[in-house]
Amino acid sequence: MPVKLQAGLRIGEFSLVELLHEGGMSRLWGVSHAQIDVPLLMKLPRIDYGETVSQVVSFEVERMLMPLLGGAHVPRFFASGEFEDQPWLVMQRLHGETLESLLGSTPLAPLRVARLGALAALALDDLHRQRVVHLDVKPGNLLLHVDPLNQQERIVLLDFGLSHHADLPDLLAEQFNVPMGTAAYIAPEQVLGVRNDPRSDLFALGVTLYQLATGKLPFGTPISNNGMKRRLYQEPAAPRSLNPQLPRWLQEIILRCLEVDPNLRHPTAAQLAFDLMHPEQVALTARADLRQGGRLMAFRRWLLTLGSRVEADEHKALPVSRAPLIMVAIDLKQSNPALDEALREMTRRVMQTATDARLACVTVLRVARIGIEPNLDAEGRSRHVKRLVALRHWARSLDLPERRITYHVLEGTEAADALIDYARSNAIDHLLMGARGVTGVRRMLGSVSSRVVAEANCTVTVVRAHAVAPAEPDADDSTPVP
Amino acid sequence: MRIGLLADLHANREAVEACVEALQALACRRWVVLGDLVGYGADPGWVVDWVREQVAAGAIAVLGNHDQAVIAGDVLSMSPAIGAVTAWTRSVLDAGQLEFLRTLPLQVVDEDRLYVHANAWAPGEWAYVSNRLAAARSLLATPAWLTFCGHVHEPALYHLQAGAASHFVPTRGVAIPLSSQRHWLAIPGSCGQPRDGNPAAACAWFDTDSRQLGFLRVPYDHDLSAQKIRAAGLPPVFAQRLGEGR
Repeated sequence: MPVKLQAGLRIGEFSLVELLHEGGMSRLWGVSHAQIDVPLLMKLPRIDYGETVSQVVSFEVERMLMPLLGGAHVPRFFASGEFEDQPWLVMQRLHGETLESLLGSTPLAPLRVARLGALAALALDDLHRQRVVHLDVKPGNLLLHVDPLNQQERIVLLDFGLSHHADLPDLLAEQFNVPMGTAAYIAPEQVLGVRNDPRSDLFALGVTLYQLATGKLPFGTPISNNGMKRRLYQEPAAPRSLNPQLPRWLQEIILRCLEVDPNLRHPTAAQLAFDLMHPEQVALTARADLRQGGRLMAFRRWLLTLGSRVEADEHKALPVSRAPLIMVAIDLKQSNPALDEALREMTRRVMQTATDARLACVTVLRVARIGIEPNLDAEGRSRHVKRLVALRHWARSLDLPERRITYHVLEGTEAADALIDYARSNAIDHLLMGARGVTGVRRMLGSVSSRVVAEANCTVTVVRAHAVAPAEPDADDSTPVP
Repeated sequence: MRIGLLADLHANREAVEACVEALQALACRRWVVLGDLVGYGADPGWVVDWVREQVAAGAIAVLGNHDQAVIAGDVLSMSPAIGAVTAWTRSVLDAGQLEFLRTLPLQVVDEDRLYVHANAWAPGEWAYVSNRLAAARSLLATPAWLTFCGHVHEPALYHLQAGAASHFVPTRGVAIPLSSQRHWLAIPGSCGQPRDGNPAAACAWFDTDSRQLGFLRVPYDHDLSAQKIRAAGLPPVFAQRLGEGR
């Protein structure tokens, strides 16, 4: 006989306060604890409903994974246990609405879709770096939270009941012969049983963005296994055919997420976030101009399916590090040919080590501390364009294809602050920059590179030009000559 | 409480010392030795003495097939190389050390855990838990929530589900929370003679409070262990494989 849950009941060291949500799968209670002063949520799966075994296992998975997760994009875990026969789990209660609440007002403005997509992709990138694939990305599991400290929006991921951790036994693998996931959003390889590919989350996020941008689901809501498999060979309608307001770059990004072959999607969530944050730099392909899913495309999808089937058996989890985002900071003001070449050579070497690496060439345009947005006037614009032209010129001999390189002119009063902030907000993996010589200014203010090394949250390489050693000083007079 | 687990020590003093130090650093305060204290290596006396000391202080140790062979002294049924090392081991152990090996039980149940060298269905017949069906057979043969065994030299973690047990190979030192809702079988891997291509000694820890399990690989001076095997005149193949982890 299941426990009767009511306000005031003590479970573990927690007291039930109010029932917040009663779903088919589980109940959510607001709870309190004498020593914990953040708002808390207790999740209790239904055990009285004669529900499927998979639900029980999902909760077991969540209890196993959540204590290992950290960071700003997952709710903090506090405790879990069993109360008589009723398992429970307590996590931080975060304020905000899930993206499901926006589904009534679709289509959303394209820039809002891109912004939400970028926030979700950054959250997924954080999760993937913890060696976890979510495997149930959908609007209802993406919570839009505004940080009370800095008023910044971020996406917090919910519900890890179907997730896969690369370093833990997978309780769900091969356990059930039905695909585990939500039918409308599930990635094709996941339908075939693959559970360790982070790019499955990019597919599901692509379905979510499609829905936010058009108000429609690209593959409907299939109810059968075969219905779910249809996405392996049937092309979705082009988003721009449903919402003509949608820019081509957003269709490009969404349709790339929906590729059947994971290798054709963005290699990492960070790269997807990068594209969503820099629309003007998205390399457009035939996807951007598709009118509708043509028969030829459907046939191509079907052919590719044969490949995926084989891959499903042999697939190994893709380490995020194989597709890093590289950033090179270029000082256009103090040009030093030897240092420029050394920095380019290092950039070339780093880009060669990973074929899926992408390079962002960045320079900082100093703006006056006090002043009225100098960039709005014609002079400011021309300074901006001049810098872009110079960046392209700097990178020309790297000979990278358009899809692997982007150019960015940042504005700021302090170069170090601008670079550190850019690296953080774009989930950059590795920042390359040149070391400047010792100048009077540097002696007084400290070098930009030393601040970046100390404060950036990524790997930083400071490049020096080969220095010509000065001539040996004369031997000290006191040294005895043999 | 945190338990340190060593399996298949195989008379390798350097590997045992390295694992003990690493597990002590992780706050392990109790020891479980999953059999095969001797065989292959050149330090059977030291390893038996160390285990005997720990058992006197409350540790658990079970009998392995190599220990059994040394007690029985029946080397005719073995391959020549193993027969040679078994006979040599028997000749260098003193009466007290042999007597200690004779006292080792085939299996020990401690709370909800089973410790056994080979498997739970017939511990004295030495069949290997080398695949998912064998793991399921062993898991079904015991009411214990968690079985620890050795015999197989590669680290593994199995859990019971419908059909064959699910198999997981631990690759990094991540602590694994073991759900109390299913039955588990863990193989720490061989301390004294790793065979998965990584020469580092294998061992494991289990925390009875948090119910977390950790697999460790500890580098040790295998050149010294190999040198001792050669110096003792034991088959050189046993020295050779330590450096390769094969």
